Amino acid sequence: MKVHEYQAKEILRRYGVPTPRGIVAENADEARAAAKELGGRVVVKAQIHAGGRGKGGGVKLAKDADDAAELTKKMIGMTLITHQTGPEGREVRKVLIEEALNIDKELYLGITLDRRIGMPVVMASKQGGMEIEEVAERDPSAIHREPIDGVLGALPFQARAVANALGLTGDAYKKCVDFVQKLMRCYLDTDASLVEINPLMVTTEGNVFALDCKMNFDDNAMFRHKDLAEMRDLNEEDPLEVEASKFGLNYITLDGNVGCMVNGAGLAMATMDIIKLAGGQPANFLDVGGGASAEQVKNAFRIILSDKNVKAILINIFGGIMRCDRIAEGVVSASREIGLPVPVVVRLEGTNVDLGKEILSNSGLPLITADGMWDAAQKVVAAAKRQDHPERSEGSTAAQGNS
Amino acid sequence: MAIWADKNTRVIVQGITGREGTFHAIQCREYGTQVVGGVTPGKGGTTHEGFAVFNSVREAREKAGANCSLIFVPPPFAADAIMESADAGIELIICITEGIPVNDMMRAHDFLRKSNARAMMSGAMPSRLIGPNCPGIITPGEAKIGIMPGHIHRPGPIGIVSRSGTLTYEAVGQTRALGQSTAVGIGGDPLPGTNFIDCLAAFESDPATEAIIMIGEIGGSAEEEAAAFVKESVTKPVVAFIAGQTAPPGRRMGHAGAIISGGKGTASEKMDALRAAGIHVVEAPSEMGAKVAEVWKGR
Repeated sequence: MKVHEYQAKEILRRYGVPTPRGIVAENADEARAAAKELGGRVVVKAQIHAGGRGKGGGVKLAKDADDAAELTKKMIGMTLITHQTGPEGREVRKVLIEEALNIDKELYLGITLDRRIGMPVVMASKQGGMEIEEVAERDPSAIHREPIDGVLGALPFQARAVANALGLTGDAYKKCVDFVQKLMRCYLDTDASLVEINPLMVTTEGNVFALDCKMNFDDNAMFRHKDLAEMRDLNEEDPLEVEASKFGLNYITLDGNVGCMVNGAGLAMATMDIIKLAGGQPANFLDVGGGASAEQVKNAFRIILSDKNVKAILINIFGGIMRCDRIAEGVVSASREIGLPVPVVVRLEGTNVDLGKEILSNSGLPLITADGMWDAAQKVVAAAKRQDHPERSEGSTAAQGNS
Repeated sequence: MAIWADKNTRVIVQGITGREGTFHAIQCREYGTQVVGGVTPGKGGTTHEGFAVFNSVREAREKAGANCSLIFVPPPFAADAIMESADAGIELIICITEGIPVNDMMRAHDFLRKSNARAMMSGAMPSRLIGPNCPGIITPGEAKIGIMPGHIHRPGPIGIVSRSGTLTYEAVGQTRALGQSTAVGIGGDPLPGTNFIDCLAAFESDPATEAIIMIGEIGGSAEEEAAAFVKESVTKPVVAFIAGQTAPPGRRMGHAGAIISGGKGTASEKMDALRAAGIHVVEAPSEMGAKVAEVWKGR
């Protein structure tokens, strides 16, 4: 789960991690009032779940409260396009009005899980304000990595090692040591999966602040963080993916035209791969899970079909505990209820497979059955191509539903 | 012979009175696995579907001689169930539960390391954790300890290790003619108890295994590490498939561990590393069976 910058900073403050003073605004009047309270000279920052906002025009310096109001008016409602939003961009609904500080240095601090060692790692670099991936690629030695014991938290000597690596001295050094320990406590206590402070700012007065902050959380741990779970902003998510999650379906929109319904995440990915190998493009990732019911199959159908790019659907189920006859019944009843606006290829394997196939063929529906993944992929890609070029259709049963 | 699970393995089910636990305990028993009871705190002394229920894992080990635990406990309590099993000296802990927080697993791993160190000092067997978020382990014809459909498996020479459940079944289905020595699902979480290298090492020293299929997916670097291990230490032929060749970066593909982040963990990187180690990499998931049959014949 992701949160906005203003929410992330609110969380940091709970742990005593210093951030610039800031107030969220949704319109020009609120922005003017906020700027006045913060002393006039402020930064107006668009709140969307994507990085690279500065380059896209989503971060502006305001010289006074009226200027802040004017900038906010322009920013609210604009579609901000950055390298992380994709070409469609994101609509700005809120801005963060933040006091402008005197920057001496911009550094980088990040914490995430290192899966190889099974521990969180603090990453620190003197090259703040840049993408850490770029720094890592150009000069890996410019990033200091400090593995932290997840049970103990950041020990004082480890926090000092980070401050040393950042080249800090005097007051800033002491403040950074404190910053690192508090940030690590925050990361562990909130079940974060990523905290990125970029830049970590040192002011000319020797203070250390989180000038920007990105935080992601472990979805699996949100059951014990009701307050954080409430910070989820559905406006930032794909509406179809949100809809799918209500039914326990794991769905991700892609840009192809072959819809997929599969049980199991690995098999779902493998199904996307084989569609590509057969010359098609998957329209989605969809895992119906291990115990899919007829109801779930129906909802999965509906969600796949709400993507207007879908020209054909592949259902690939390896029934283990979930019996193929049950799945076949689900497919048949969903097809009857929703109709078949595009050809549907079904590949069933596993428990009660023969019974399942019989149910499909006795249904009288124009479902195309397949043996094995390769056969299924070829059939669904061919069907999608026929839909794109209906004049070439040879009167196959697959095209019947499209009249 | 097989790896880790056989007809002598004595299994208890943690969370046996739950819906999933009940269903799968019965399925495992029907397959022929020695399911010697289950644990549900507060319900000890009763029986459930013919299984003896105990209050704690320690009690189940002492009274029923269990040496393996199969865990169906809900995510908030699953890490505790793992640690309880380790503390009781259970040698093989298989955690099916999906959705355990990473921080909980970090603590469980820490606990396991310490309890295993104590076990080694006292001459006891250390605990091996398989999973979480996995289908379990099966040695066809001997023991099924997990949620996989038993009837698709046949005893034979192919060892299978996979990060994905249904994709393991796919590999099993494709090797029906040859059969499998043991199939292990290591699970789709970022911090698995048992990794590819553990399984590859066990298959290498298992006389019943003559060729290996490993099924990886995007995210992390476990496949790259496995490739290096195969190059150094595995003499048996290995066939590999990596799921997620078409997955977009930055999106978690179902499994908590399946995500390409910061440009790392892509399928093509992994496939290159595996090929460089002399592993037979198939691009299509439908080719796993044919390829392993081919390398098995030519071994």
